[in-house]
Amino acid sequence: MQVIIILIGISLFLAISFLIVFFIAAKKGQFSDTYTPSVRILFDDKDLSKNKDSK
Amino acid sequence: MYVENQIAPKILCYHCGNECDNSYIFENDKYFCCAGCRNVYDILNNNNLCTYYNIEKNPGLAPELSKSGEYDFLDDPDTVCKLLQFTDDKYSVISLNLPQIHCSSCIWLLENLFKINSGIVSSNVNFIKKEIKIKFLHKNTSIKEIIILLANLGYSPLLNLNHLDAKKENQSFKSIYFKIALAAFSFGNIMLFSFPEYLGIPITDTFFKSTFNYLNLILSVPVLLYSAKDYFTSAYKSLKNKFINIDFPLSLGIAALFLRSAYEVLSGTGAGYFDSFTGLVFFLLIGKYLQERTYNYLDFEKNYKSFFPISVMVMKDHKPSSVSLDKIQVGDRILIHKDEVIPTDSILISKKAVIDYSFITGESLPVYKKTGAYIYAGGRQTDLNIELEVVKEVSQSYLSSLWNNNIFKKQDEGKIVTFTNKVSKYFTIVILFIAFVSSSIWLTEGIDKALFVFTSVLIVACPCALSLSIPFTFGNTLKIFAENKFFLKNTNVVQKFSEINEIVFDKTGTITQAGSSAFRFYGRSLSEIEKQKIASLVLTSNNTLGKAILDIIGTKGNLNVKDFQEYEGVGVKGKINGDLIKIGLQKFISEDIVDDRNGINIYVSINDDVLGYFKISNIYRKNILDVLSRLSKNYRISILSGDNENEKENLKKYIDKDNLLFNQKPEDKLSFINSLSEKGKKVLMVGDGLNDAGALKVSYAGISVTDDISRFSPSCDGILDSSMLFKLYNFLSYSGMVMKIIYFNLTISIMYNLIGLFFAVNGKLSPIISAVLMPLSSISVIIVAVAFTNLFRRKYKL
Repeated sequence: MQVIIILIGISLFLAISFLIVFFIAAKKGQFSDTYTPSVRILFDDKDLSKNKDSK
Repeated sequence: MYVENQIAPKILCYHCGNECDNSYIFENDKYFCCAGCRNVYDILNNNNLCTYYNIEKNPGLAPELSKSGEYDFLDDPDTVCKLLQFTDDKYSVISLNLPQIHCSSCIWLLENLFKINSGIVSSNVNFIKKEIKIKFLHKNTSIKEIIILLANLGYSPLLNLNHLDAKKENQSFKSIYFKIALAAFSFGNIMLFSFPEYLGIPITDTFFKSTFNYLNLILSVPVLLYSAKDYFTSAYKSLKNKFINIDFPLSLGIAALFLRSAYEVLSGTGAGYFDSFTGLVFFLLIGKYLQERTYNYLDFEKNYKSFFPISVMVMKDHKPSSVSLDKIQVGDRILIHKDEVIPTDSILISKKAVIDYSFITGESLPVYKKTGAYIYAGGRQTDLNIELEVVKEVSQSYLSSLWNNNIFKKQDEGKIVTFTNKVSKYFTIVILFIAFVSSSIWLTEGIDKALFVFTSVLIVACPCALSLSIPFTFGNTLKIFAENKFFLKNTNVVQKFSEINEIVFDKTGTITQAGSSAFRFYGRSLSEIEKQKIASLVLTSNNTLGKAILDIIGTKGNLNVKDFQEYEGVGVKGKINGDLIKIGLQKFISEDIVDDRNGINIYVSINDDVLGYFKISNIYRKNILDVLSRLSKNYRISILSGDNENEKENLKKYIDKDNLLFNQKPEDKLSFINSLSEKGKKVLMVGDGLNDAGALKVSYAGISVTDDISRFSPSCDGILDSSMLFKLYNFLSYSGMVMKIIYFNLTISIMYNLIGLFFAVNGKLSPIISAVLMPLSSISVIIVAVAFTNLFRRKYKL
């Protein structure tokens, strides 16, 4: 049964790290714009020189 | 011959998608409607950015022709400094508002600006706010270069005088995310640790028991100190001002929960109510989030500074150069182009000007001015370029001084007694009474038992369900309104709408369409040759009213006009084929005409034979007269217009003529509303222009009607898209329904409180009862709020 103490320790540690990650994300403005990134992710940055129209 | 009869397929511009007329440009197998569009294409093509055209079809915008030197004011380091968001010895960051952003191609192009200008390090678009944040090396490029590049691409940034003021970021809203996250974290973990308690698993090992309890205590402390902080400070503040708001009973409940639980754990007598405590704070914060989540990309507190441009052309040594508006001095000569706003009070130097004051005074017709005339700030020049001499600094002008009126300085909070605060006063008194009475009865069984009952009452009576129902109901209402293009400043406005008993409308731009008025001809019917004569004469003068006359005549005149004479603001005359034709005001044509009609009538005569007159009438917005008559059944309606009495006859059919007031100055409108308020009326003001700003501010609730949500509108409680004005009746009656939903929810939450009180007063409240009752009441209240608001939405056609 004593093992439960260790498990609780691990789970609390994980949960607290998630909380900290969330804090950092919110501080960096991840939630201030919820639309643009969804568009941005679909742009591909392949070799753009192929896109140049021939003159 | 068939070929000639074939209709040519429409040629669409490759860049902007507009239909090309005959003057199209053909290049690289692509059609362009104008040189501007081709230039943008060339820039993109030369920089390998043609992906722009692959993401969306014809995504571009035809760039506006920029005047040379338009952005010269950006050479002034002082102005530049005010625009920058951040700067160090290497990088600078600027945030610009680009209202043209409309599709994913825009995002792509704007985030690839660094490929065009190597000085730009990165650029980041916020689509919803229509903002771009550009980080650049200030050694390699300048703000001016960046802004000119954006303008050349068709994205001219929106710059106005407001941008020269100190910026403020809304930081307080962000912190609610942290508070919710912390409360959710503690709530989740504490529930896990409380499982043995919920399931009734007997834990014999006292070590485990106390470990769980102490862990719960440790997890709850940050929730008390950080997440729930605002409730305590708000309760303290309200007590200091000698009134009780909803946060006071909430704080009592929160404090009782925590102290009782901490006591039980520390004394080893029980497990405490930590799960209820953190859950309560979590739910409350979610409600608060919904209440505060307003449309933060809309600015409801705009003042004249957002209306003026950021710079103006100043003549220096006979050459125009742009200067930022705060640097304009008395005596400067300024050059105003067609359709530009006159930024400050000045004297006209040019020969004539035609100024549209509709936004400032409500007059629907442009005003003619001659050399030497005093011109007030805020008018819009509608004719050719004019030169003016500044007589007052921008901050001292007539328009600016309107804003220095005291009513714009005081905060309007406290005007409304919110429903919650009204209820919470009685609620608190009753709860404290029950708590004291029941605990004094239990005093016979010892002080411990009495304290137990006292805290139990405070815990179960905590008005959490009540304080949740309001944000959820109002929050959903705000969302429904927004889907109908009606944006409210905050949730209190819904309650204000339900209390309205008097509505005051502005005329120009609110119930009529701004900037468009139609002429009608009254008189004998005109023959084709007469029409041509009138049209020819009108064409010869470049009068703005002339264009409107041409529209209704529908004939193009190309007859030769001799002896043409124009009398500024009075009329024109000329000879066509020997006939003397006069067009103008009554006194210009003949003294004999009795002009008994209101407003401006423009008469026409040929050889002194009066044919008739053109009369200007406003164009009303869609269905608005219908809405007015529907509203007048439930509310008293008045119309305040800055315009002349032209439309009085028309409006009399719908509104009592005593309530129609014309030629109202902004101050008159303000005092009219004030006098109604003093009589105890709750006035809803519906307006659009700067002339309504004062009235909107002093009214109980103010709605600003606008054709374009992102454009300027004076400070108000709600911004309504003009296309939805006809739903005003629905919005108001729906608000009344929403209040009924809130009363219903209040009953539900009080019933839950009574059940809880039954346990508490009998001294039988256990952590489990509290842990079941609290979420159950909260969730049922939330479901009722969301379901009912959506249900009635259909009934009210929103």
